[in-house]
Amino acid sequence: MTMQEFFAMGGYAFYVWTSYGLTLIVLLVNIIIPVVQRRQFLRSLALKHKRQ
Amino acid sequence: MFLIPDPVVRFFHRMASPPHFYAFTQRLMPWLTVIFVLVTAAGLYGGLYLAPADYQQGDSYRIIYIHVPSAWMSLFIYVVMAVAGAIGLVWRIKLAEIVAISSAPVGASFTFIALVTGSLWGKPMWGTWWVWDARLTSELILLFLYLGVIGLYGAIDDKRTASRAVAILALVGVVNIPIIHYSVEWWNTLHQGPTVTKMDKPSIHVSMLIPLLLMAVSFKFYYLIALLQRARTELLLRERNAQWVKNMISEFK
Repeated sequence: MTMQEFFAMGGYAFYVWTSYGLTLIVLLVNIIIPVVQRRQFLRSLALKHKRQ
Repeated sequence: MFLIPDPVVRFFHRMASPPHFYAFTQRLMPWLTVIFVLVTAAGLYGGLYLAPADYQQGDSYRIIYIHVPSAWMSLFIYVVMAVAGAIGLVWRIKLAEIVAISSAPVGASFTFIALVTGSLWGKPMWGTWWVWDARLTSELILLFLYLGVIGLYGAIDDKRTASRAVAILALVGVVNIPIIHYSVEWWNTLHQGPTVTKMDKPSIHVSMLIPLLLMAVSFKFYYLIALLQRARTELLLRERNAQWVKNMISEFK
């Protein structure tokens, strides 16, 4: 199987790769949001702590 | 406690303590990530490359490797959310409440993925993006239940009260779970029947079944990672005035 055949997915490339791409995005966002939120919160807490 | 071995009881006792949970999950994270990456790589390689095309559906069937595990997770996470909510409701364990509410966005995401990938699979195979049949409709209701839980939690300021309200909503919604599962048997639907969970013999070839099961394991690990990330953030927000958070902050700078 060539690379081209693999990405063509037997003519179903749009449906297959849209499914996988969308899944990747949703799963990544679910990790990034809480991690970024926690970092921001910790930073703001540390800042408040320093002022006191 | 009877029947449960002592080390297990002690493990859960310690995990219910916020500072211990926060530190322990931090140490656990790299291990979970490594296992997740390895299992996912094996599952995708098997599903997208090694497994042959389906004799009826061609390569379009490869959507199964994310569609079916996502649909399983959408049900599994709902049950975890409802059980954790019930534990929080009865024993007032703060960490059970946090596990319940932290599960909701992950469960909603998997429900969304199951619906969208199903649509993307349905278009070339059924000729339509959507039909109002029992399986699709009950899964859509599941998405609304998750969104309801997230919305209700956000609408109530006192998070302990919010957790109680959310637990009751989640428990009522459990009715929907068997309806989704049996919908393809109870009603005449366009959605195909089960191919894996038939007790006698699954009607799927082993070269397709193994990657499917690997992806199911991969999504379980993903859930654990995403759940713990959310839970750690939620725990910090709730415990911002606790001594252990203050100690951690003073070490932090």
